[in-house]
Amino acid sequence: MAEIAAKVLVVGGGPGGYVTAIRAGQLGLDVLLAEQGGRDGGLGGTCLNVGCIPSKALIHAAEAFHHATEQAQSAPLGITVDKPRIDFPRTIEWKDGVVGRLTGGVGTLLKRHGVKILQGHAEMLDGKSCRVETDTGPQIVRAEHVVLATGSVAMALPGLPFGGKVISSTEALSLAAVPERLAVVGAGYIGLELGIAYAKLGAKVTVIEAETRILPAYDADLVRPVARRLQALGVESLTGARAAGLSDDGKSLLVDQEGAERRTIVADKVLVATGRRARLEGFGLERLDLNLSSDRFVQIDEHCATSMRNVWAVGDLTGEPMLAHRAMAQGVVVAEQIAGHRRVFEGNVIPAVCFTDPEIVTVGLSPEQARKAGREVLTAQFPFQANGRALTLRADEGFVRMTARADNHLVLGIAAVGPGVSELSAAFGLALEMGARLEDIAGTIHAHPTLGEAFHEASLRALGEALHI
Amino acid sequence: MGIRIIKLPDVGEGVAEAELVEWHVAVGQSVLEDQILAAVMTDKATVEIPSPVAGTVVALAGEVGSTVAVGSELVRLEVPGEGDQEVAAAPREAKSPAAAPVPLAASPPQRMPSPAPERRAEPRPAPVLRATVGPPRPPGEKPLASPAVRRRALEAGVDLRQVRGNGPAGLITHDDLDAFLRGGVQPGPVRGRVANTHVDSIKVVGLRRRIAQRMAESKRRAAHFAYVEEVDVTELEELRAKLNGDKRADQPRLTLMPFLMQAVVRAVADFPEMNALYDDEADVIERYGGVHIGVATQTDAGLMVPVVRHCEALSLWEMAAEVQRLAQAAREGHANRNELSGSTITITSLGALGGIVSTPVINRPEVAIIGVNKEVVRPVWNERAFVPRTMMNLSSSFDHRVIDGYNAARFIQRIKGLIEAPATLFLEP
Repeated sequence: MAEIAAKVLVVGGGPGGYVTAIRAGQLGLDVLLAEQGGRDGGLGGTCLNVGCIPSKALIHAAEAFHHATEQAQSAPLGITVDKPRIDFPRTIEWKDGVVGRLTGGVGTLLKRHGVKILQGHAEMLDGKSCRVETDTGPQIVRAEHVVLATGSVAMALPGLPFGGKVISSTEALSLAAVPERLAVVGAGYIGLELGIAYAKLGAKVTVIEAETRILPAYDADLVRPVARRLQALGVESLTGARAAGLSDDGKSLLVDQEGAERRTIVADKVLVATGRRARLEGFGLERLDLNLSSDRFVQIDEHCATSMRNVWAVGDLTGEPMLAHRAMAQGVVVAEQIAGHRRVFEGNVIPAVCFTDPEIVTVGLSPEQARKAGREVLTAQFPFQANGRALTLRADEGFVRMTARADNHLVLGIAAVGPGVSELSAAFGLALEMGARLEDIAGTIHAHPTLGEAFHEASLRALGEALHI
Repeated sequence: MGIRIIKLPDVGEGVAEAELVEWHVAVGQSVLEDQILAAVMTDKATVEIPSPVAGTVVALAGEVGSTVAVGSELVRLEVPGEGDQEVAAAPREAKSPAAAPVPLAASPPQRMPSPAPERRAEPRPAPVLRATVGPPRPPGEKPLASPAVRRRALEAGVDLRQVRGNGPAGLITHDDLDAFLRGGVQPGPVRGRVANTHVDSIKVVGLRRRIAQRMAESKRRAAHFAYVEEVDVTELEELRAKLNGDKRADQPRLTLMPFLMQAVVRAVADFPEMNALYDDEADVIERYGGVHIGVATQTDAGLMVPVVRHCEALSLWEMAAEVQRLAQAAREGHANRNELSGSTITITSLGALGGIVSTPVINRPEVAIIGVNKEVVRPVWNERAFVPRTMMNLSSSFDHRVIDGYNAARFIQRIKGLIEAPATLFLEP
């Protein structure tokens, strides 16, 4: 059996794995990346193949279709169009094209940085060796350092195993047609992003959430505009509700809601988006001496080191927040440490974006979290209703919210809900990382007319100096 | 011949670094397989690191008291044959190798075995932390700095908690970090007398920290009481001068210490409760047959107590030689664990600095410590006239939980009697 030696073996080609490999390659390390491919993977991992990117493509297409439909119905801008139609397979083809360009790009980047790619399923034999089943036969890889980046998989519900009409987000991104009736179990960001997209594409969508409100991970103020939008789109939200399973004839989803009788929701597809768990099985990880957390994520320290020497882990398999940009930042930290640099992963400022309509972005602490941490805080919101650019976009829902220390005005957290606010995450993150005070943002000239002015005005407002409200 | 690098192994779950507390070997020394190379201390335990192979020590990584990351180089051995794979596949030198950490800063462990061999020769930064100017950070506040400043600090091994921030909201700027790395702000020309507001923060680590813990623990647990008595050492000093004058070249010079040790050996035969260890958790007192005398010794690093074992079986000359050997080993930092533990009673002497009275802290779990004050010639009334006598005080502390004052007094009186009539020191009982 062929044996290959490498300084670094990266298991998994998602954002965590491929960034580790690229950075390690840049640093002149001898890197090998094993990627098994498959239905929900390949280079780029969940993110590029069945996650962030295809969902954003679908959301964009849905928005475009919805926009056209709106013009046809009420012509708010004075534009008249005939009733638009959608050729959904072509939409999916376009989305696949975007994915293909990006995953191909990842392959090119890896090769350019001297990363050897082993296509095939990898199984750890011990902390330093791994067997990869390639097309040309099994290969044994012996590496000084192993970086685990096996990612996560969608969690199934006990009464609703995946298969048939019960689908995960992966299948929801490649449906043959827009379902007439879609039930979404789990109103977290994945469920709502896809639910809203399909609602805009014409599906009758029902969202079922066990918690008392949708997007339970976000605070109520931020969620309110999204809830209003769901209503406007005709999406029914059932909160405090549990999906019990499919009806006997398989046509409907059975839902138990607190204080109500069991409901039967007719659905052509049931999207289960109740969470993701670490992908731990099948990689021989049980042969490694890895400490797992109680919810079965691989435990790492601030260096992204596992409990085993020279075995590192990055990305979703290390737990929440399961975000590609966190995985990528961890990958850089690991690669640079292997090359002998001192690094720690600092996860205090990881922007989280929810691509619902409207979008939500949060960075740092919420007012409640800051108060819980014992801070006296100043907090202020600036609504997009008072922002010129938002009005010209016909999207005046939402606001920017600043949370700062009362004593020295150090910004502790920034959040926004509104049209396209995901792009504001760059400014928000930078402000926090640089240790900005409210005065720093207030003293920065923001371009007019842009949505970013709301960031400026919210800071002014926290200082009692808002101009446009 | 090849080179084999011995790295600090995993010394416990979740432990990323350990403090080097003892070298058992020195450069140039040959070691056998399984011979103990060093002792390291984690939060949980002191762990001895054995050598996996036989060879000759060519380099030691760091000094006692420094922090060693798990997985980093500990000892470099020259071994017969080819050396090992680890060296053949030695990690490539990083493009910009991480700077040596300021050892006392709580710098994060460096996990990678990256240091190139030549780095060993570099002098380590002074282990004194410098405080830069600027308002001190209130307790509990985290240091605030931009990503670029944070990275520079990490690479320079600087713990930003030590650096004051002069930016808005206490932000640590590049200038603040520069000032810290330069060792504080240079004072300008000074006219007249000015208030010195400079404060050095010196982190208490290593031996100093252990001394602090042990001392506080002893004071907290043992019920100290002190007993001071003066002893006429005129005759003893005459004997000592005579023995030193007549000694063979190969015999060590006699200090007062071996005589005191001899007196203690004799006295504890009558007072076995003094030569004992009190396990106050198990409520057991262990009285020892052997007299293992700890000799408190000042070293550059701080107080150490090397132990002369089985003094009851040693001659005066042997004790003198052993005290000399151990004191030197302790001062040079190569006293091994065995030589620094296991005492059953302790003598502490500051020699000419001994003052007139001291209140020594008991070397727990021992129950008695004998302090020696300075000798001074004083007029002493001998019932007929004042005569010059060489006098010396013994200031001793006892653990009143298990030693009664009456017995402590009798014990010291016994020692006094032995010293004042030195011939009795050497009478076989």
